[in-house]
Amino acid sequence: MKLKSLIAAASIAALSAGMAYAEAHGGKVKVGMITTLSGGGAGLGLDVRDGFVLAAKGNENLELVIEDDQRKPDIAVQLADKLIQSEKVDVMTGIIWSNLAMAVVPAVTAQGKFYLSPNAGPSALAGKGCSPFYFNVAWQNDAFYEASGSWASENGIEKVFLMAPNYPAGTDGMTGFKRTFTGEVVDEVYTKLGQTDYAAEIAQIRASDADTVYFFLPGGMGISFMKQYAGSGVDKKVMGPAFSFDQGILGAIGDAALGVKNTSHWSKDIDNEANKKFVADFQAEYGRLPSLYAAQGYDTALLLQSAMGKADVKDAAAFQAALEEADFASVRGAFAFAPNHHPIQDIYMREVVKEGDIVTNKIIGVAASNHQDVYGADCKM
Amino acid sequence: MSLILLIEQVLSGLQFGVMLFLMAAGLTLIFGVMGLINLAHGSLYMVGAFAAAAVAGWTGSFALALVAALAAAAAAGALVELLVIRRLYERDHLDQVLATFALILIFSEGTRWLFGSFPLFLDVPAALAGPVMLPGGILYPLYRLVIIGVGLLVALGLFWLIAKTRIGVQIRAGEADREMIAALGVDISKLYTLVFALGAALAGLAGALVGAIQSVQVGMGEPVLILAFVVIVIGGIGSIKGALVGSLLVGLTDTLGGVLLPPLLGIFMQASSATSVGSAVASMAIYILMVGVLLFKPSGLFGGT
Repeated sequence: MKLKSLIAAASIAALSAGMAYAEAHGGKVKVGMITTLSGGGAGLGLDVRDGFVLAAKGNENLELVIEDDQRKPDIAVQLADKLIQSEKVDVMTGIIWSNLAMAVVPAVTAQGKFYLSPNAGPSALAGKGCSPFYFNVAWQNDAFYEASGSWASENGIEKVFLMAPNYPAGTDGMTGFKRTFTGEVVDEVYTKLGQTDYAAEIAQIRASDADTVYFFLPGGMGISFMKQYAGSGVDKKVMGPAFSFDQGILGAIGDAALGVKNTSHWSKDIDNEANKKFVADFQAEYGRLPSLYAAQGYDTALLLQSAMGKADVKDAAAFQAALEEADFASVRGAFAFAPNHHPIQDIYMREVVKEGDIVTNKIIGVAASNHQDVYGADCKM
Repeated sequence: MSLILLIEQVLSGLQFGVMLFLMAAGLTLIFGVMGLINLAHGSLYMVGAFAAAAVAGWTGSFALALVAALAAAAAAGALVELLVIRRLYERDHLDQVLATFALILIFSEGTRWLFGSFPLFLDVPAALAGPVMLPGGILYPLYRLVIIGVGLLVALGLFWLIAKTRIGVQIRAGEADREMIAALGVDISKLYTLVFALGAALAGLAGALVGAIQSVQVGMGEPVLILAFVVIVIGGIGSIKGALVGSLLVGLTDTLGGVLLPPLLGIFMQASSATSVGSAVASMAIYILMVGVLLFKPSGLFGGT
């Protein structure tokens, strides 16, 4: 089950990018990736890994060591120690879950290693716990919810029914939504983490006078809820963050998800060259559509390589400055770092549609432009 | 809380309970007859769901999918019994737990290797999709009613099998005294394989039925397994009747607890804290029920003394 692979990408076709960096600085970078590749939620880690590997393909100066954390904080901590002490990595990345990130990231940055987050963005690391060595390439956890709240307020949604699992990311998400939503919250239900049957909640939704259900149920929980909701005959509108409607999940929900609105910083139909190339390359390489997690892994590798072209990782101050510039063509379009090293980016509203036989997402508008998190004010670095 | 909402919740609780029964019946039979703690029972549930999803994907037929689920889970059960479990009967419970835990890992990674890490698609058949109007103006998903019906039918069939057939007699005798029935000329190892395959088939059926309204993914069996253990502890280990009563109690407690506790607590405290305390207590409700039952009946409701 333990997966370890060294990708010393030695393809002859890879002349351009990698060679240029080598000539400029001669600095190799060893990257340690700890991500979830087995157990529940492995689909997210696989996508981040595949996106990263795709963007780093052919770069001989980038050596990647991949480890599987099995979604367990204790294992992630052990792996981080091992990567730093015996593998001597320069940069770390890969963690999917906020609780694992909180267990690993402070220790990594305290030892002077860079950490680039391809997914988790807990508020503590954006505010008081921010670090010069920590960069979040994905989002602060609240971003999608705040964007949904403002979009709902502007688009005639008046009464919402909120639902999330009873754990920090769930309650934080709903707090983020309420921060920007100006209408009425009719009811809030916090379900058990890992709950698979939502008959009781659906009955409560039916009985409420809400016009829209806003929920955050990651992974299998969202699949179960959407299938049961579609079978119940309740016809209230459904909204959520992209986590419940990413490409890996839509295939399992099927037509039941059609018409759902969800917020995301990425979608496969964002119109720019980098994104078109990413979507085409990813499909050619892996034979499936990329998800937002894959896009985040891809951008993380692009960011890292842009910094490698400007500075040597041994010179921490210069490398930090190079990362802060974020001088890469993000698949999301415009991308910049706020002073707390979290993204400033557009958040889009997407709708689930059917393209041929495939259920997928389509952008219907911008939910929040140049969105930035609220925790940066507490960040002193 | 309107009456209609309450009835709807009771139906949902029944449906959940009946599904738990399909899991718990196999688990309690295996424990009762062979004295074996089988942690891999949840994996057989997963095997059923994946077999159903795969066959439904190929053929488009839900009926064939159910048959495939039964067959695949029974075959996996029989195979596991012959290769691994057979060697564990004489060992103590710790060895059994270790070996069957290893089976969970093997089944999970094997399934991931075959089907990949992304959840599979399995939908309710078109004929059973959508809600129906029950007397009293209750709109309820037809498929869930069908699950209740199937579960009760299986329960009846199981009682008939145990009480009226020759195999049932042998199973009951095996529970009471395995040396004696072996001495009487019953092929005990064949009986064990049969019971194990039967339990596995029930778990596979549950997995397929539930997979259509939930997520078919690796690791889906373990949360249900824990609940099934709670059920057989409440019902009394080895008792089918106990498994039925225990399942319905757990199903109803879990469903109604989540709905009734927050408003009930709202009478005593502020609405916002009632919601959070209520949800927290509701997720403990079945374990509180278990403690309550064990306090008064330490061997479960229908357990032997």
